[in-house]
Amino acid sequence: MSDLNKLTLADARDKLRDGSVTSVELTEACLSEIEKAGALNAFVHKTPEIAMEQAKAADARIAQGDAPAMCGLPVGIKDLFCTKGVPSQAASGILEGFTPEYESTVSQNLFDAGAVMLGKLNMDEFAMGSSNETSVYGNAVNPWRRGNDDAQLTPGGSSGGSASAVAADLCLAATGTDTGGSIRQPAAFTGITGIKPTYGRCSRWGIIAFASSLDQAGPMTKNVRDAAIMLEAMCGHDPKDSTSADLPVPNFEAMLTGDIRGKKIGIPREYHMDGMPDEIDALWANGREMLKDAGAEIVDISLPHTKYALPAYYVIAPAEASSNLARYDGVRYGHRAKLAQGDGITEMYEKTRAEGFGHEVQRRVMVGTYVLSAGFYDAYYNRARRVRALIKKDFEDVFAQGVDAILTPATPSAAFGLGEMDDADPVKMYLNDVFTVTVNLAGLPGISVPAGLDHQGLPLGLQLIGRPWEEGDLLNTAYALEQAAGFVAKPGKWW
Amino acid sequence: MLDLTYETPKPKVIAGAKHDWELVIGMEVHAQVSSNAKLFSGASTKFGAEPNANVAFVDAAMPGMLPVINEFCVEQAVRTGLGLNAEIHLKSAFDRKNYFYPDLPQGYQISQLYHPIVGEGEILVDMGPGVARKVRIERIHLEQDAGKSIHDMDPNMSFVDLNRTGVALMEIVSRPDIRGPEEAAAYVTKLRQILRYLGTCDGNMQNGNLRADVNVSVCRPGQYEKYMETQDFSHLGTRCEIKNMNSMRFIQAAIEYEARRQIAIVEAGGSVDQETRLYDPDKNETRSMRSKEEAHDYRYFPCPDLLPLEIEQAWVDDIKASLPELPDQKKARFVNDFGLSEYDASVLTADAESAAYFEAVADGRDGKLAANWVINELFGRLKKEDHDITESPVSPAQLGGIIELISAETISGKIAKDLFEIVYTEGGDPAQIVEERGMKQVTDTGAIEAALDQIIADNPAQVEKAKVNPKLAGWFVGQVMKATGGKANPKAVNDLVQQKLGG
Repeated sequence: MSDLNKLTLADARDKLRDGSVTSVELTEACLSEIEKAGALNAFVHKTPEIAMEQAKAADARIAQGDAPAMCGLPVGIKDLFCTKGVPSQAASGILEGFTPEYESTVSQNLFDAGAVMLGKLNMDEFAMGSSNETSVYGNAVNPWRRGNDDAQLTPGGSSGGSASAVAADLCLAATGTDTGGSIRQPAAFTGITGIKPTYGRCSRWGIIAFASSLDQAGPMTKNVRDAAIMLEAMCGHDPKDSTSADLPVPNFEAMLTGDIRGKKIGIPREYHMDGMPDEIDALWANGREMLKDAGAEIVDISLPHTKYALPAYYVIAPAEASSNLARYDGVRYGHRAKLAQGDGITEMYEKTRAEGFGHEVQRRVMVGTYVLSAGFYDAYYNRARRVRALIKKDFEDVFAQGVDAILTPATPSAAFGLGEMDDADPVKMYLNDVFTVTVNLAGLPGISVPAGLDHQGLPLGLQLIGRPWEEGDLLNTAYALEQAAGFVAKPGKWW
Repeated sequence: MLDLTYETPKPKVIAGAKHDWELVIGMEVHAQVSSNAKLFSGASTKFGAEPNANVAFVDAAMPGMLPVINEFCVEQAVRTGLGLNAEIHLKSAFDRKNYFYPDLPQGYQISQLYHPIVGEGEILVDMGPGVARKVRIERIHLEQDAGKSIHDMDPNMSFVDLNRTGVALMEIVSRPDIRGPEEAAAYVTKLRQILRYLGTCDGNMQNGNLRADVNVSVCRPGQYEKYMETQDFSHLGTRCEIKNMNSMRFIQAAIEYEARRQIAIVEAGGSVDQETRLYDPDKNETRSMRSKEEAHDYRYFPCPDLLPLEIEQAWVDDIKASLPELPDQKKARFVNDFGLSEYDASVLTADAESAAYFEAVADGRDGKLAANWVINELFGRLKKEDHDITESPVSPAQLGGIIELISAETISGKIAKDLFEIVYTEGGDPAQIVEERGMKQVTDTGAIEAALDQIIADNPAQVEKAKVNPKLAGWFVGQVMKATGGKANPKAVNDLVQQKLGG
């Protein structure tokens, strides 16, 4: 069979189980696509040996009738996940050569469920970025292009490699992480599905930390059903992560009925931004109609503190990052600068961190250090925490009014050109997160579903935000939206 | 149980060139929590392991590793708080204290700045019989210890040992209620004693398991009282913090030096800079470590890897119910129940093992006699060989046996000391030893009288002298004791000598 790499998780799973395909075949198909897709720069460490070994083991399990959820399904893992014996660098120079002796809980959960790892995926350095351009490996490239224009576009960020790889069918699915939109924005930019679950649903153990109170792992997949299958395999309580929730994991896939009759969908008025392209507005209106046609009740809601979300996020996330990244000091692992005669420990820190961290990471470490410093703490960090509490309360209030999910655009634009933002104010890049950061600040589940193409033929996504711990319900609403949108476009293969 | 009553000691006064000065001292004691594993990892806390042997991934701050609170360390902190009559906070939280140092792999110490687990309590610091200073405890918080940097193994490199990294510490912060160097040492002694009773810190200062930062300021007499009335620190002088001291002697010497340094500055018209100082025991002086301007900005913020720590009152109550009798109560009980002097009771309750030993000896026996024997004979003998009570070759039952023999007048006090030495060096049952070696006191007056008569008969000249000078009767007593191998009952001998030689 050809094009096995183009299968969804669900289809591949069914074919594996009915014996019409083997994991080795699936894996070989993906590995061969990866080899041909160097231009996308999606994979930064390929692990064909591990993949083939896991694929053979999966085939053996399937032959014995023991086929767990992800058995034999080849996936890519974002470089932010520590994978035992495989370089894990968070796409940073400072973690040069770092190969962990341990496996992140999420990747371990996937392997326990039989998944096959094809390799590590490109990303923005330490997950800080919205275009994958801060990676030490160079940016991943979006397989989509504007019409016949061969200008290279960003796959979004920070999970840009994951998005590019899934959209280009280099793997069946991939892991991502989302601190302010890093799953949902690249998913929207590449026409795939990405869900950030409720904070605490996936263990953070073994995921290189960016901003601990915001970071969550999630799946990036070709459709909503795949997201349900993979999320269920990834998540679950982990005693090694104190912020992991001790809650049972529902069978998310079984909740995909497509029936959303009577569901109340909120449209937050504050998400109408000045200067937002008409196409985004139109897409949003379209999504609203589709959900209404599917039997949902559409209500206008207000999330009054939305406009403070982005500034609060860009205080809290850098503050936590400045502390989380202090451990990269050249003492124990990763890069250490060559020292000059007479250099002491301070010079070692300064040179190592100046060489090892890219500019965006340095900027955020400095911002974070500043907002936590004596005299500024209350004005910035504490105020941002209070804003965060208000944003959370905004959501709680609308959920208390009976709203089941909230529909917003996923991003304020389609994918932009690589290098386009080079000279722009960094705040302009941060605006990419405007619809997504509220969800991280409130710890809620959010999903991006491809819902249409813009006038240049680029995919656009809609975001649905759900109640805490109700990913199943959220996935079902997303499933209904996906059915209605009928998005089937694929990027033309140029790589 | 009657509590003992105490007077408040007078503050130490130092005479400057111009005025008298008083000291105001507050302490931050870092006590290593007795636990097998570290505060946030399963790594061992055992002292003396190979460098970097006791290091979990999270201790080394490997990427993506997360802390998980060790419940037993929390229990130990609660136990300590209860032992200091302190308020236990059912909800506390962990913060990060950020600074760079090679022996701090995370680049931050996880501590509890904003919401400590233990609030206000107090310690009664004994300054001698009937005198004690009540020192208020401000708070106790849990935090991680740092590792150890070693700079003298190589001319070009420094080495780091992370074995201690992440070990749980309790930082026990006092109010500035300590009024002199001796009180400061007595405070640490008392705190250490309580911690050891509780089993929450072994108090080993040599290994650094108990270290103190001392805040010292000086003020004119009368100012402290104003501060106490208002709790307004402006009545007090500017303080300096002397860091990281692990000897009672150094604590006293450092405070003494520091107070005189500050007095000299103020009397010369200068002002004391608030700063952190280090004590150099070789030169007996404190030196500036960093000034307020150079002070680290620790950028404390709530640790996002840990949820607020919530504990239940019922759990606290269970811990409270399991607390051992603490030194103050034990001392009062020894005074009240055994009729001991407060001094003896203090000596016996210095550590729980000595107190337990004494109680076992005193059980069903003469308490005062037991106290005398434990303190004077046993402690004295142990000290001579640099042993502590747990290493005593004489068991409470053996010492009790000796005391019973004394009480029953089976042996004399002098023989008892010989017997103690035999038991100490050779072991064995005291009663049996006395029996086998014929150490029994001779109370048979017939035998004593026969011996005395023989001596009188052999020494007529002495008898004559003794008749003139009654003090010479002692010579006859000594001769009888000699003749009976020391076993004669001294009282019976005395009586007979008196009887026969007049009197």
